[in-house]
Amino acid sequence: MATKETLRPEPEFLEEEANAAALEELVHGGDVIATPLWKIRLRLLRRSFSQNWGLFKESKMGIVGLIIIAIFGLMAVAHPILMNTVWDPRVYHPETGYDAVTTDYTIVEDGTVTDPLTEMEITEARIELNPNIRVGQTYSIPTQPAPPTFDGDHPHYLGTDPLGRDIFSQLLYGSRAAFLLGFVAAFTTVFIATTIGAIAAYYGGAIDGFFMRFADLILLMPLLPLLIVLSAVIQINMVLLGILIGILGGFGAEAIVLKSQALSIRVKSYIDAARVAGGGDSHIIFRHIVPNVLPLSFLYMMFGVTGAIGLEATLSFFGLLNVPMSWGIMINTAQSQGYLLSGTAYWWLLFPAGLAVSILAFAFFIVGRGMDEVINPRLRAR
Amino acid sequence: MALSLDNLETRQVDPEKPLIEVDDLIMRYKIKAGDVSAVEGVTFTIHQGEAVGLVGESGCGKTSTALALLRLLPSNAEYISGEVRLNGTDLLRLNTDEMRKKRWKDIAMVFQGAMNSWNPVYRVGEQIREVLDTHFRGELTVDEQNQHMEGLFRAVGLPAEMIHRYPHEFSGGMRQRAVIAMALACSPDLIIADEPTTALDVIVQDQILKELKRIQRDLGMSILYISHDIAVIAEVTDSLGVMYAGKLVEYGPTSEVFARPRHPYAYLLLRSTPSITGPRRQLAPLGGEPPDLLHPPSGCRFHPRCPFATEKCSLEEPPLAEVLPGHRVACWHWEEVPELEEELKR
Amino acid sequence: MTATAPTQTKPLIDVIDLKKLFPISRGLFRAPTDFVHAVDGIDFKIAPGESLGLVGESGCGKSTTGRMLVKLIEPTSGHIQFNDGDYERDVANVSRGEISEFRSRVQMIFQDPYESMNPRRTVFDTVSEPLAVQKIGTIPEREERVLDLLQLVGLTPPENFLFRFPHELSGGQRQRIAVARALVMNPRFVVADEPTSMLDVSIRISIMELMTELADELGVSYLYITHDLAVARYMCDRIAVMYLGKIVEVGPTEEILAHPRHPYTRALLSAVPVPDPSFHRTPVEIKGGISKAINPAPECRFIERCPFAAQVCEENPHPPLIEVGESHFAACYRVDEI
Repeated sequence: MATKETLRPEPEFLEEEANAAALEELVHGGDVIATPLWKIRLRLLRRSFSQNWGLFKESKMGIVGLIIIAIFGLMAVAHPILMNTVWDPRVYHPETGYDAVTTDYTIVEDGTVTDPLTEMEITEARIELNPNIRVGQTYSIPTQPAPPTFDGDHPHYLGTDPLGRDIFSQLLYGSRAAFLLGFVAAFTTVFIATTIGAIAAYYGGAIDGFFMRFADLILLMPLLPLLIVLSAVIQINMVLLGILIGILGGFGAEAIVLKSQALSIRVKSYIDAARVAGGGDSHIIFRHIVPNVLPLSFLYMMFGVTGAIGLEATLSFFGLLNVPMSWGIMINTAQSQGYLLSGTAYWWLLFPAGLAVSILAFAFFIVGRGMDEVINPRLRAR
Repeated sequence: MALSLDNLETRQVDPEKPLIEVDDLIMRYKIKAGDVSAVEGVTFTIHQGEAVGLVGESGCGKTSTALALLRLLPSNAEYISGEVRLNGTDLLRLNTDEMRKKRWKDIAMVFQGAMNSWNPVYRVGEQIREVLDTHFRGELTVDEQNQHMEGLFRAVGLPAEMIHRYPHEFSGGMRQRAVIAMALACSPDLIIADEPTTALDVIVQDQILKELKRIQRDLGMSILYISHDIAVIAEVTDSLGVMYAGKLVEYGPTSEVFARPRHPYAYLLLRSTPSITGPRRQLAPLGGEPPDLLHPPSGCRFHPRCPFATEKCSLEEPPLAEVLPGHRVACWHWEEVPELEEELKR
Repeated sequence: MTATAPTQTKPLIDVIDLKKLFPISRGLFRAPTDFVHAVDGIDFKIAPGESLGLVGESGCGKSTTGRMLVKLIEPTSGHIQFNDGDYERDVANVSRGEISEFRSRVQMIFQDPYESMNPRRTVFDTVSEPLAVQKIGTIPEREERVLDLLQLVGLTPPENFLFRFPHELSGGQRQRIAVARALVMNPRFVVADEPTSMLDVSIRISIMELMTELADELGVSYLYITHDLAVARYMCDRIAVMYLGKIVEVGPTEEILAHPRHPYTRALLSAVPVPDPSFHRTPVEIKGGISKAINPAPECRFIERCPFAAQVCEENPHPPLIEVGESHFAACYRVDEI
């Protein structure tokens, strides 16, 4: 019964001229009825997008995140281009490439090795290589993994892995894989969560109960063993993995959060108004509830990508997935060949992939946080 | 200050002496888009034992003015100039500690919607005890506190033993009484009541207003009523001020202002309230919308909607001047306002 | 608008013994034994072109009644007979297939101008929703119709408002759009649930004026639900006063205001503040506060608080509405004595 007593000023009331100008934007000189509705809606969309973009821009976090994502996106796009033009696939293919990089080792007296990557003790050399070798000679040995090289026919900017494959190529390819996985997983999660959230919230009662119990069942399902078993039976690629993660995730916490958002919308008067206008169940669910839940869904999509990338990296690292190549597989390769704890000596095996996972996952996260201020008006600075 | 029921019961009141003098208060809110001119040069006086009302619509600045008296404005509020004198002391110039001592002991507030702000997991008495502990640390034993609170409850018409009950055991009206009791806890000289009855049903509203009038009379307390409900203000206040867009546009004794409103906005506002008495549908419509306080209109802030506006009104702001005894109006054309009465009769 | 006794022509709305009970569940598997009697057997009629005010304090059942009339909730028992020319139905019996027809004749205006419009839809979407849902007209035709209505409710020039979003409009403008939406299908009957209580005082009048003008022009009847007697007086020819799910008094507005016969009506009227400092009102004292009507006892609902409660009130069930004047009814056994 109270009027809205607020300490904030009332929303801007557009004066006549501003009103007219806003309309002009939409109809471009024509008659408002003659202008087709889809054009008007498009322009409205553009206007609201630029308004939201303006708000998003103010969050530096969000912009930084967006830039990082753009960089990784470029990497993902660059990979097939490079593979088809500059790079020789026999050398640079992320899975099957091989380059025997040779390193010159100088033979030195026992006990005088200063750089294990370019010098070798004479006793070891005599045993491993050639019994007739003498101090001072240099010997070329094919090395895997090889440190970064920048010249020659086949430069490896980040070196090669223990199987002789180019790390840089793997990194770029992994970017593609990460995006693919991230978006498929996040989209599937949010699609399922939004749908069942809206339907459960709208109908309530037995339907709500059914979905919630079904969700409980899915939550009980152990993700790891399921993935292990599936990995053993079929080749899991990023898309399939994404769908799996999405399905298992879609019934979890996101569904409950989106359902509660849908519930808070269901009790608003405009839902009653829509019903009094003659709207049936599907009209109300898809034209009223879902569009108002979507901003939150979109937000959760961002966080979902973060989770998916991190999850895949972890699972691959433990060797539980047999995806052909990804950042997680890169780290797994390093670990299974025993280079994980080598410190900084074989840094190129660990840091590029590890940093890539962390930075990209983090980038999506802070973009999500930046979007939070757009979506939730109460978080905005006054 | 020693607390006893006596402090609550008797108070010497001199209706001539001013208690609070608000002197040309200017206050703005800083937001990203600029400065919102929320309180612009408000001047009025509350005397001892007097009930003053501030009336206006949303965004007119009445709540901001009230909060300014207690210096409880949000962090983005900026005091530009003016004084708020309590018994001669300018509250705006006190430091934080000094102001904190004044709050609740000299001025207390019943906030808008306070009846719904009781913490549901604590007994009501415990929540009032918090106030007593804050202001009388170590001076009162628990028994003395209980006695005092029972006295407070009796003073607002609640059964004394209810201090031991939880908020959900109170009805809406009883919760509002309890809020008033809490405001009385330190025997303030002034209570600010912000929309004290807005969320209450009619019959309960009547009871609460009666209670407040009784407190004013018996305890010699001054009350500042903030409300958009013209009828409530008409019944409980001795003087009233009409606010519009951050400015005080009319001020005077309640009966005088109602009988002879001389500011066009005040006139239209007072005559646009439906009533169960008087003519059924002779009401004054007010066109347009309240202005945007980020970019308020030039000159008189009401001129875009005013039936008497002339060019002068858009250029020069009229001062709040005494045009009839004790009756101040901020309008260049205040003398023409009675014409509206004729308009209405047609 | 004269307050004729609605017996000459068929009443537009004829409510007979309408009840709505809400169960209070006591457990997952136990059948509920306690019910809130939100609406407990009410009768009233609304003539074509007439406005009836449904007045009462919170919890009296007025909002629930309104929502049953527009079929947002279903009654537990009773009849709501809707007679509009050759379209005569009991609202409770309107089937799914017929619901569009019904909804084009009976509409509602909601209380909260901020919450009754979907923030993501334009004014055009909101006002044309009834047309869109029932697939009436082409899009340009709908746009024309919405423009006509925006003009009618005073939003001019209407083109400027057609594609605005709710957050770009003021409370008063939003409520005008709510009125436009209610009228887009040319209904006979509109339930208005406190449409002005959340608006600023100066805007209330313009909305109320708008509604009365349109009622005259278009021949629309209102059920005007409000807790504010002064507003009900302005808007309505007749008033029904509700208390705890029952109608305790009904009759012509000015008659009830001048001669309230039921003790509750008297108490209510005497408590309304009057915006005139020279007016001295004498409040009628009643004790206690409103309670919830859970499993109410059969006798008069007002017995706990009534200053005139007597033996006759204790020994008999809740009194029926008795005629106490020209189409003026009150539900009290002692109405002639007090």
